[in-house]
Amino acid sequence: MSILVDRSTRVIVQGITGKEGSYHAMACRDYGTLVLGGVTPGKGGTVHEGFPVWDSVRDAVDAVHPDVSLIFVPPAFAADAILEAANAGIGLIVCITEGIPVQDMMRVRRILDIKNEEGEDIRLIGPNCPGIITPDGAKIGIMPGYIHKRGRVGVVSRSGTLTYEAVWQLTQLGLGESTCVGIGGDPIRGLNFREVLALFEKDPETEAVVMIGEIGGDDEEKAAAFARAHMTKPIIGFIAGLTAPPGRRMGHAGAIVSGGKGSARDKMKALESYGVIVVDNPSVIGRTVAETLKSGSYRRVPACHGC
Amino acid sequence: MNIHEYQAKELFKSYGVSVPSGVVVDSADQARSLIESKSGIFGGQATVFAVKAQIHAGGRGKAGGVKIAKNSADIPGLVAGLLGKTLVTHQTGPEGRVVRKVWIEEGAVISKEYYLSLVLDRSSRRISILASTEGGMEIEEVSAAHPEKILTLAVDPEIGCKGFVGRQVASFLGLPVTLYNAFASLLSNLYRFFIDTDCMMVEINPLILTGDGRLLALDAKVSFDDNALYRQDKVMALRDLFEENELEIEASKHRLNYVKLDGSIACMVNGAGLAMATMDVIALAGGSPANFLDVGGGASKETVEQAFRILLGDPAVKGIFVNIFGGIVRCERIAGGIIAAAKDVKLHVPLVVRLQGTNAKEGREMLRDSGLNLQVAEELFEGAEKIVLAVKGAK
Repeated sequence: MSILVDRSTRVIVQGITGKEGSYHAMACRDYGTLVLGGVTPGKGGTVHEGFPVWDSVRDAVDAVHPDVSLIFVPPAFAADAILEAANAGIGLIVCITEGIPVQDMMRVRRILDIKNEEGEDIRLIGPNCPGIITPDGAKIGIMPGYIHKRGRVGVVSRSGTLTYEAVWQLTQLGLGESTCVGIGGDPIRGLNFREVLALFEKDPETEAVVMIGEIGGDDEEKAAAFARAHMTKPIIGFIAGLTAPPGRRMGHAGAIVSGGKGSARDKMKALESYGVIVVDNPSVIGRTVAETLKSGSYRRVPACHGC
Repeated sequence: MNIHEYQAKELFKSYGVSVPSGVVVDSADQARSLIESKSGIFGGQATVFAVKAQIHAGGRGKAGGVKIAKNSADIPGLVAGLLGKTLVTHQTGPEGRVVRKVWIEEGAVISKEYYLSLVLDRSSRRISILASTEGGMEIEEVSAAHPEKILTLAVDPEIGCKGFVGRQVASFLGLPVTLYNAFASLLSNLYRFFIDTDCMMVEINPLILTGDGRLLALDAKVSFDDNALYRQDKVMALRDLFEENELEIEASKHRLNYVKLDGSIACMVNGAGLAMATMDVIALAGGSPANFLDVGGGASKETVEQAFRILLGDPAVKGIFVNIFGGIVRCERIAGGIIAAAKDVKLHVPLVVRLQGTNAKEGREMLRDSGLNLQVAEELFEGAEKIVLAVKGAK
């Protein structure tokens, strides 16, 4: 088992004829992902690098019934691309695009929430994220596939290369990963830590979860509070940005300490108070997971039984 | 991106949000000639004026950046005193900001002060209205001492800031009922401005009720979403490069994501999260980071070379730590780029390179065999310890 995606997941790529889309569509296919083709408006009916191209997501859905759309559309058109996928009934949308205006994402997220309240089941991963990978199953994103190894640890993260760092340690130690989800570095996004933790809790293959957060917002704290109430699996957490000064944006649009809120130190304290094992040195994430799993009695007792 | 108060007030005015009339000057002589010719606000009935230093930071009042002139004859002297002065506030950092422009506006008779802001709130994923009866104070302090005196209201983007929203806020603020409609229209204009120009934050502190019963924005602070600047030409035209760090401007020209900090160990990293983590690990190893620098996915020779030049442009830098996780781009190529760039730039400070990921072993061997004066590391913390030690040894 794994979460969200596996070997049978059917994928299309929006923006497949662009430089990034084209390169990564091929890299995902090489990894073994079922990439069935892609969408570029105006290029429908052509074949690009062996992939059939459709004019719209609707056409792609009619032709190949994809489960996932992977988006590489430039920032100015990305919100439209996400909504197009959602309107065509795609259940999992993975948006890699970096630099989407925040207000565009505010409107997209509101519409996705309305659709879900009306009974649809649409999940968005990202934007500004590396994507999702289930090792030896499906790589749907821009992460280097070979650093992953199928295994016991779920990974959820706001960052890209910092995730690779943690994954690499897990792989080197032979622990491996069940699924790795990059939820992205933007302030308004789709899936959050909390939802991904809930999925990992239900996944029998996942024995522990690595949660990589960063400064800004309070999503890590909310997720840890949820875990305290509902999770039995251990969580090993790291928060980047201990040395980041307040008021300065550190690369990601979401990585900013504002109004005294969202500092790394506060987040670490909050996470610890909810029973997350917090490491302050990212070099020891893998080792800490190994030690936790070896210790035998690592299962947590959720504060909230049966609720 | 931030703008000055006078620019924000001009924008407010064009959106129907009332502000005091005023004029911006960059010399005392300019102020003097405007007063002598009785131009604009100096030709009216105003006898009291506010003289306000224009810098991109809050806390100007406490730092001595806002003066009151009881007589227009005092203005040139006050302007001269502010121009060229370095203001240090809680938002400027210890180096402060030099005042290059001064805004002079009509004084207003304040009958009551309020706080009003709109902020893109990640927690509610909506634009939130913050309002308080404690105008003129720092909102963080009010929030800590009297959270009940702040109203936070998230606006549904599907509905917008309609009249009922404005009336709800007006009622919380205890405004006279006769002003409910005026307030609701002010708030809805402000919301329209927020949406139209892709703001992240708009703050009016204080919003005042004047002696003659008008609502007036006495201060104006606005920040915009950098991701949306591509579609905001009018906003971009308001950018003031003097308010930004030179090295940061240079970095942005090369699409490098650089933030200057005040430590001595520079770092160059691919990816924002890993870059922050690298800064943290430098501190953990006993050093202090001189910057945040994300060189993005590919670390080509050109990128690395530009990055080295920017890092070395900071005289406080005593050593450089390069931390690259090679994923899509393989480590031999990255090592090649670092070697070529280091040769061209002629590094005069210790360099530690940590390569990990695809073909890292080959990359590290290339670095060791390059004949360059550098150290190689495998692990992140090992690399940080090596650079901290090298910098201490070099002193």
